[in-house]
Amino acid sequence: MTDRSGVEVRLENLVRRYGTVTALDGLSLTLAPGELVALLGPSGCGKTTALRLLAGLEEADGGRIVIAGNDVTGLPANRRNIGMVFQAYSLFPHMVAWENVAFGLQMRHVSAVERKKRALDMLDLVGLARFANRYASQMSGGQQQRVALARALAIQPQVLLLDEPLSALDAKVRSRLRDEIRRVQLEVGITTLFVTHDQEEALAIADRVGVMQSGKLEQLGPPTLVYSRPATPFVADFVGLTNRMQGTVRGGSVEVRGTSIPLVQPDVSDGPAIALIRPEAVSIDGNGGTDEGPLVGTVIAVAFLGAVSRVTVDLGDTTVLAQLPTSSASQHPAGTRVRLALRTDPVLIQREEPAPTAS
Amino acid sequence: MIAAGNPAVATNVGRPLAGGRRFSLDWIGVVPFLAYAGLFLLLPSTIIALGAFVNADGAFTLENYQHLSRSYVVKSTVDTTVISAVTAVAGAILGALLSYAIVMGSPNGVLRRLVVSASGVLAQFGGVTLAFAFIASIGPAGFVYLFAQAHGFDYYTHGIWLFERTGLGLVYLYFQIPLMVLVFLPALDGIKPQWREATESLGGNTWHYWRHVAGPLLFPAFLGATLLLFANAFSAYATANALINQGQPMLSQQIGGALSSEVGAFEPGFAKAIAVEMIVIVTLVTVLYSLLQRRTSRWL
Repeated sequence: MTDRSGVEVRLENLVRRYGTVTALDGLSLTLAPGELVALLGPSGCGKTTALRLLAGLEEADGGRIVIAGNDVTGLPANRRNIGMVFQAYSLFPHMVAWENVAFGLQMRHVSAVERKKRALDMLDLVGLARFANRYASQMSGGQQQRVALARALAIQPQVLLLDEPLSALDAKVRSRLRDEIRRVQLEVGITTLFVTHDQEEALAIADRVGVMQSGKLEQLGPPTLVYSRPATPFVADFVGLTNRMQGTVRGGSVEVRGTSIPLVQPDVSDGPAIALIRPEAVSIDGNGGTDEGPLVGTVIAVAFLGAVSRVTVDLGDTTVLAQLPTSSASQHPAGTRVRLALRTDPVLIQREEPAPTAS
Repeated sequence: MIAAGNPAVATNVGRPLAGGRRFSLDWIGVVPFLAYAGLFLLLPSTIIALGAFVNADGAFTLENYQHLSRSYVVKSTVDTTVISAVTAVAGAILGALLSYAIVMGSPNGVLRRLVVSASGVLAQFGGVTLAFAFIASIGPAGFVYLFAQAHGFDYYTHGIWLFERTGLGLVYLYFQIPLMVLVFLPALDGIKPQWREATESLGGNTWHYWRHVAGPLLFPAFLGATLLLFANAFSAYATANALINQGQPMLSQQIGGALSSEVGAFEPGFAKAIAVEMIVIVTLVTVLYSLLQRRTSRWL
């Protein structure tokens, strides 16, 4: 079910300072009704601050927050009708699962019978009806977070906020719960802001991903666009793996080791630069044999990732990552000489000292 | 393909010896503690408990226990209970407030380090030294009193209460409050900030938070700590004896009185009976404290 009945959420020019540190520097972001937007970025980039301002847990130093057309900037958290799932340990430990879920309904003076019924319904939604009488200490981390999700949704909030809800879980549970969150979010159709530092999580779950750095949005767009057309070198670096290869800009394209590649950025002056090239844009063109050349090198590692493999090639003065179908990569075990080819998709460049290895 | 299977070589590791149960040596670690508790707690307690059944001639008697109903012993029991309860409740409330103030500050802040260090020392500060400190400061010849009197404030107008139950209660608070800080602070530290934020995001306010979340979570710890303070005051002797040696309101002083009576009524068996009464009361309180602590540790 993908009935999107959520509300629009607008963050307008939000500013938040802690002393001399500016955590949010004029952040503007609009979430469409029923949309799930993931804010992605390194620690200290301001993503959690943005979420806490939206939740009403902190006050903005400037800007506006508008939910469903109403300015809620000055409203306290308990009057915003926002559901929130925290990083971990947010369940009340002295209440069993259904009591936790019913707590918000109790605050809204829903009758005891009705709130228990609704709490059990919500636990059923997250697949935990049979754990209704368990305390947090009697549940796994994943189960606790599902109860926390049920608790946040039980109050029928206008907006759902997820503050790194999967970060304390192990990889397998994380991936399963991520899908579970997405399923429930689509089923309920609630506008959702998801904050994470895990790019895989953000790209997998969100309708749109916002990459943040230093309190600003670097790029906001669908996951595929953010990955394949990073707007800035930071995004290219932060989202996915990137080869940083030295080249020379000349007439609107960059020449990297004998291959001319068009540029994403317009109006770039000529001169030395670093081209940011995804591993998928690097392929193996054949055996290198005893040949010499700028793209001939030795395979030093092959990482098996399932359907694809990541091959690390030593070109002498630098190493390059190439991502290939496993069937193709298996023909080039470590130690073999290979000739690489660079796809001529537009790339970003950076004007700084070249890094010696792939990042 | 990676497949799990049976180990190629069977071993006997962890299996019981043939025909018998495995003999665990895990208990060896607690031997020093058990020896210490047996030698310095159980043995003396047993000697006291048995000694209370023996009269001056060495014969079996129940008289010593019957003497516990003497009016001055009953009064002393009531007085000790009241003073202990009042100082425990007052110490618990003031100590809890101080602990809360500490928790609100920085976890590595100066206030926290200072108060916790001071509490560690002051909770153990008692006896003659403490009594003297109060006499020398706020006593009738103390510098604080003389200063206050010189400025027109005489707090002994209605009698020198320092040497009465009121004064004893005040002096007890001096070590009760720090003890509360030491015992209650870990429970307050266990309260997660997310619980308040979750309460707020679910529509609750500060009152709801304390009424439904923090209050119920902290109450067992608070009650347990209060019981510990009660036991602490109930079993105190030296401070009370140094401050009030006329009337001997505390039960522990009655033991001293029965052992060193100035009028020749030397009653060691009776002293032991009073000690047994105290041991029973303190043991009951301690058991209750342990039960409450167990509940607290499950939540916080």
